[in-house]
Amino acid sequence: MMTMVDLNGLKAKALEEMESEGTLRVVVGMATCGQSAGARRVMETLKKDVAELGLDNVNVAVTGCVGMCTYEPILEVLEPGKKKVTYIRMDPEKTARVVKEHLQGGKPVLDYTVGHDHAGNLKNLEDLQFYAKQERIVLRNCGTIDPENIHEYIARDGYAALRKALLEMTPETVIDEMKKSGLRGRGGAGFPTGLKWGFAAPNKADQKYIICNADEGDPGAFMDRSVLEGDPHAVLEAMAIGGYAIGASKGYIYVRAEYPVAVERLKIAIGQAQEMGLLGRKIFGTDFSFDIEIRLGAGAFVCGEETALMASIEGERGEPRPRPPFPAVKGLFGRPTILNNVETYANVCQIILNGPEWFASMGTERSKGTKVFALGGKINNTGLVEVPDGHQAARDHLRNRRRACPHGKAFKAVQTGGPSGGCITAADLDTPIDFDNLVAIGSMMGSGGMIVMDEDNCMVDIARFFLDFTVDESCGKCTPCREGTKRMLEILDRIVAGEGTMQDLENLEDLAENIRLTSLCALGQTAPNPVMSTMKHFRDEYLAHVQDKKCPAGVCKALLGYVITADCKGCTKCKRVCPVEAITGEVKQLHVIDQALCIRCGACFNVCSFNAIARN
Amino acid sequence: MPEDPEVNQNRFGTGVGNNTQRRLGNVNDQSKCACSCGCITAEDPRFAELKSYIDSLNQEQGITMPVLQEAQRSFGYLPLEVQKFISENTGVPLAEIYGVATFYSQFAIEPKGRHHIGVCMGTACYVKGSQKVLDKLVEELKVKVGCTTSDGKFTLEATRCLGCCGLAPCIMIDDDVFGKLDDVSRIPDILGKYE
Repeated sequence: MMTMVDLNGLKAKALEEMESEGTLRVVVGMATCGQSAGARRVMETLKKDVAELGLDNVNVAVTGCVGMCTYEPILEVLEPGKKKVTYIRMDPEKTARVVKEHLQGGKPVLDYTVGHDHAGNLKNLEDLQFYAKQERIVLRNCGTIDPENIHEYIARDGYAALRKALLEMTPETVIDEMKKSGLRGRGGAGFPTGLKWGFAAPNKADQKYIICNADEGDPGAFMDRSVLEGDPHAVLEAMAIGGYAIGASKGYIYVRAEYPVAVERLKIAIGQAQEMGLLGRKIFGTDFSFDIEIRLGAGAFVCGEETALMASIEGERGEPRPRPPFPAVKGLFGRPTILNNVETYANVCQIILNGPEWFASMGTERSKGTKVFALGGKINNTGLVEVPDGHQAARDHLRNRRRACPHGKAFKAVQTGGPSGGCITAADLDTPIDFDNLVAIGSMMGSGGMIVMDEDNCMVDIARFFLDFTVDESCGKCTPCREGTKRMLEILDRIVAGEGTMQDLENLEDLAENIRLTSLCALGQTAPNPVMSTMKHFRDEYLAHVQDKKCPAGVCKALLGYVITADCKGCTKCKRVCPVEAITGEVKQLHVIDQALCIRCGACFNVCSFNAIARN
Repeated sequence: MPEDPEVNQNRFGTGVGNNTQRRLGNVNDQSKCACSCGCITAEDPRFAELKSYIDSLNQEQGITMPVLQEAQRSFGYLPLEVQKFISENTGVPLAEIYGVATFYSQFAIEPKGRHHIGVCMGTACYVKGSQKVLDKLVEELKVKVGCTTSDGKFTLEATRCLGCCGLAPCIMIDDDVFGKLDDVSRIPDILGKYE
């Protein structure tokens, strides 16, 4: 059993360990992204070399993801009283040099740092524009603390919010503060969290449940994974606060099985919290008991829908059920249940600690606080950014549209909301991004994934890609979604194959409207969005496919043809790379492509040094 | 494959039809099994382990998913023998077990390779060329998507977003993620690491 004094004492002790005089704290980002970029080998070298050189003052720790995927693996050196040094794109050899010259010799290796000015003054991540404009609430501990060490979480005021709620607040005041903060669910729909909790609280039942939806299925969104891998205790603590507010003693975290690192860190975190009495019976000596169990998904996108998720925990096929009754009245195992997304929970503790007014002071009029966006696709600065809702994350990173996309390609659109969302074109980039505005321009926030597309991406192909996804992931329970999306996919298949007609475009719109209106759950209701949105903004591309039988971006293979123009110098390069020997011609003579043999792989187009191959 | 419906009735009692059995393969009938996948026999010690796992969850509600996940981890897939065993020991009807096992993409009814390759087909990876990565793997492994190599080493699958969008395109082999595979010539080296 923990008292107040215990927590303060632990915090002081942990802070001393982390920041004591003369100690170097070296952290390596070891989230899934860091590990796949090679962080594990960096860590091994670091530990080995530090041990071999007998550097007793060096304290090596694992952290989560700092959110700057382009720079992984990232290694940071923290020394009390000095500016943090950030090393980027590390490998074992670089690490060995850093250990020798910096950790032992005391001189940072400038070549490997994130940058420095002419005078040799080091920059670190916080100095970069990518980072500087961010406001970190959800990601405050990611990349800073060791997620496998509860003491480091406590050092950053961990479990102080739970203590405050249990000892100083009634469940009603907790819910009131959540309502006042204006926090809206971050899973996609944006329902006010405090209001939701308020629905469940008055319902009488022998058991109520708190669920954390960590089935982050939107392709292109990975902030929930980052939070679970970098700061798992923040989610556990918030779930306990939610449990106290609505009177639940049992929580489930439903995590997708594609996130093994997150599952492992959650298991460790739950174990540590139970051991210290921060989860379990009579927390902080009060009558409140709360425990959390992890349940794994098994690869079904529809389980991100709340009623399907609950069916899955109950051990059934993950099929949604009609609402009402809403989960707050009749949810998991027929009991009142509150279900929130990982990112939503990650805000809760900070609201309790800093007050609802502080939270409500950020964001736009109707969306308070911050939102984490995952930037990916054809963009140089890939990674996670946390900005006040409405702040223009995408626009900031795309301001210089020529430089934003790799290889100097032209920016075309940002896709938000995954298979349920739509596109934001250059014209709409000045719209503040929040829940309501995105819906107004025919997209949706989804969980905050933003995929940048450039001139090489065919929007019809992208629409087809998303529909292929929904057809595959439709659970099959309701007809509009099961049959309708399939028919839409068949039409798009015809269009990209060059067999589309103008009637097909009309049919697409008709089907889309019916599916949107009549599907049982959000998966079906939003499935036509990518098609509707691309048809609205890129109708010319659809017309090019249907009328001219051409794919302007050069993606749809059936519509492509390559011809060699008079610019050909006869260098034979294309002839050599052609996998099917469709190109003939002598040295220094004009070459020719045999259209009957050509498989339209584009290999010749990519190697030609004289721009002598035309795509049509 | 026994064609006589009577035989089916006797074996399963629950009336699993011929179609179902054809889809499930012939792993249920030891005496007639001609495959070389090391079929599961009733004496397999993993059944006892599964039983104790089920018993350990006795107090819990909604245990179907955890039990199927444990069985899949232990057996590598969920043949009818195993589904039937789970049904008998949990009291959940076999039809429901089968329904759940076939609903989720991560449960396999047929045996899988020793290593599982998932090629991320999330949006970020797709726009950055994951199709080329998949094509390269198909070519290297000489296997279709969704199938297992003839030596039983790899199963190749297209998977949902792995959440490593910053490192697109990426693949996942067992629990390890490999990112930034724009250069598909790295793939043979990566495959070479696996036994």
